[in-house]
Amino acid sequence: MNILQLEEVVKTYDKTVAVDHVSFSIPKGRIFGLLGPNGAGKTSLIRIITSITRADNGKLFFDGQPLQSIHSERIGYMPEERGLYKKMKVGEQLLYLAQLKGLQYRDARNRLRQWMTRFEIMNWWNKKIDELSKGMQQKVQFISTVVHEPDLLILDEPFSGLDPINTNLIKSEIRELNRKGISIIFSTHRMEQVEEMCEHIVLINQGRNVLTGEVNEIKERFKENIFRIEYSGDLPSELDAMDAGNHQFSIVSRRDHSLRVKVEEGGDSNDLLRFLIQKGVHILAFNEVLPSINDIFIRVVEGDDIQG
Amino acid sequence: MKKLWLIIQREYITRVRKRSFILITLLSPIIMVAIMTLPALLVSFAGDDQQRSIAVVDESGAMGDEIEGNGKLIFDVREEPLEDLRKRYKELGFDGVLYIPGLEEGASEVRVTYYTEDQLSLSLENSIERAVADRFEDYKMQLAGYDQEIINSFKTKVALQLREQYVDENGQLIEKEKKSSAGVATVIGFVAGFIIYMILIFYGAMIMRSVMEEKTNRIVEVIISSVRPFQLMLGKIIGVSGVGLTQMLVWIILVTVLMSVVGMFVSVDPASMQDAMNNPMVQAQPSQMGQVEEMLDIVTSQNWGYIIPVFLIYFLGGYFIYSSMFAAVGSAMGDDLGEGQPLTFVVMLPIILSIIMISPVIESPNSTLAVWLSMIPLTSPVIMPARVAFEPPLWQFLVSAVVLIASAVLFVWLSGRIYRVGILMYGKKASLKELGKWMFYRE
Repeated sequence: MNILQLEEVVKTYDKTVAVDHVSFSIPKGRIFGLLGPNGAGKTSLIRIITSITRADNGKLFFDGQPLQSIHSERIGYMPEERGLYKKMKVGEQLLYLAQLKGLQYRDARNRLRQWMTRFEIMNWWNKKIDELSKGMQQKVQFISTVVHEPDLLILDEPFSGLDPINTNLIKSEIRELNRKGISIIFSTHRMEQVEEMCEHIVLINQGRNVLTGEVNEIKERFKENIFRIEYSGDLPSELDAMDAGNHQFSIVSRRDHSLRVKVEEGGDSNDLLRFLIQKGVHILAFNEVLPSINDIFIRVVEGDDIQG
Repeated sequence: MKKLWLIIQREYITRVRKRSFILITLLSPIIMVAIMTLPALLVSFAGDDQQRSIAVVDESGAMGDEIEGNGKLIFDVREEPLEDLRKRYKELGFDGVLYIPGLEEGASEVRVTYYTEDQLSLSLENSIERAVADRFEDYKMQLAGYDQEIINSFKTKVALQLREQYVDENGQLIEKEKKSSAGVATVIGFVAGFIIYMILIFYGAMIMRSVMEEKTNRIVEVIISSVRPFQLMLGKIIGVSGVGLTQMLVWIILVTVLMSVVGMFVSVDPASMQDAMNNPMVQAQPSQMGQVEEMLDIVTSQNWGYIIPVFLIYFLGGYFIYSSMFAAVGSAMGDDLGEGQPLTFVVMLPIILSIIMISPVIESPNSTLAVWLSMIPLTSPVIMPARVAFEPPLWQFLVSAVVLIASAVLFVWLSGRIYRVGILMYGKKASLKELGKWMFYRE
């Protein structure tokens, strides 16, 4: 079951196509990475999903139903550029935003108390936003995004501007929410965070969906059959002939007691290992090198840009 | 609907709670009443209420045995020589000595002298002059052979009463009940037009700033992921209109209360105080008190039950038209006020035009110009209230009000279409043409 499903979504501004026939679906209860270079159309997509704007064409389904603005109450959205009313008090502001998300006053107040106690900021209730540091404001913003317990959480660069301690706090909160079954769209440029957090990704470039799928599956798809070998002692000199004599393997790079070897099509990693052992190489480690999401991102986007 | 109400509440409450709002709302009427009444208060505290007895040395013989005082002034014609009295007037219980020299025959001017240690207020000086002049007038007439009774019968008090009338289609003469005064209507016209002008500019700018702030703050994205942009804009406009109404209500109540308190204090009614501002002699001249009462009568006999609702309709209509335009302009701007200057100017132009035209309109409130300006919805919010005390024909009012209300709805809708695009546009300098295009964007 998908929490969100997009079918051939199109959005045009003036003459620019911001979203160009994008389709993907987000399985319920997953953390989903929405990736793409600047200006790729991520924000436009998010605005369509949050009902801020409407798609020109295509279909969107939220939890199986055609997306309507009423669904915005089941979505929590934290935009990249954070915004709060600077002159308003923390408590009032959060109450206001929670009620706009459809919570009743009493309910909103109780939940906010819980959240603020949990984040140890209960004593800020009567402080004005502009009296708080940037990091503190982020916490307030995060609470405002999740207080109505949305089914889908959309976080645009949620860790930007946070110190490592608060980053960890928010990270564990996101995981906690995810454990409770909340689906999360996580939009970022920081690929190491994608690897750490996401199970599924979609990569948008120039308004188009250029890559989508499960992170592990994508890595599998993009892997180049490169293996990293660590060894002790010296490497026999005849190993250099490995390329010449046998076209099944080729050395990609060579560093101090470490080799990267590509197993060409038709080759087998076991053959490589056997070959090395036969030659008397003392092997300490042998593992497959999977491409990082960062590598995949750059490869796909650059390749796409050349084509486009 | 519930969310719209939440927005209205927030916009209203955060503003009326501000210290600056409370100060302006409470202090303005106090300052206004002070400006209006201070001259009158000064005059009344300048010692006029104190009784003065004056010794009179009369060499003309015109004064007879006594001069008629006026409660505050008591004259006593004495036999002692002037020098003697000037030295001893205090011992005798007088406040001063008035010397009246002999009158040459046929003289039309006489210079009298008042000796005293005290200061003499303008109104007191005036009262003494008048009292002596009255006496001379009677004296001269007596000399000419008229009996006092005949002299009294010469005096006629004249009061002008204006009756407005018209002949209806059946040839019947219809007289209007209202007492009218062009002067009062002019003042009401100016004040009404000017207040609306101020409100449109002031609250329009407030809306614009607030929209810009939400946009540059980026809170707008959070809000419109919960409500439609139009709801946010409408909620803001309605909330701020509540602020404006609250302020006006407080002002009306405070001014009324303060005026009556001050009025009790100096035992003069507010209208005469206003008058005292222009003419400090009013109080000292009982003959003018009648006019003051008359004036007050005219003010209270104005058809306030008609003027106030009309004022409110045009205030609200104008407010919705202009504040929605200001919201649209604000949404198109970044955090830089300067870059939106041309747009702001376009919006303000009709308001400025209206306030310039208010003078010619009030001068001839039924001219073609006045009628047209009170039909066009961009100028009618200032012009129609300025005309209302002159009682324009009912049909004009009805047509103008319908046009105004319809335009208000249209402007709010169109502005909403610009607003929803503008608040999400960053780093783009918007021209008027651009705004026009936004109106036709699909959502």
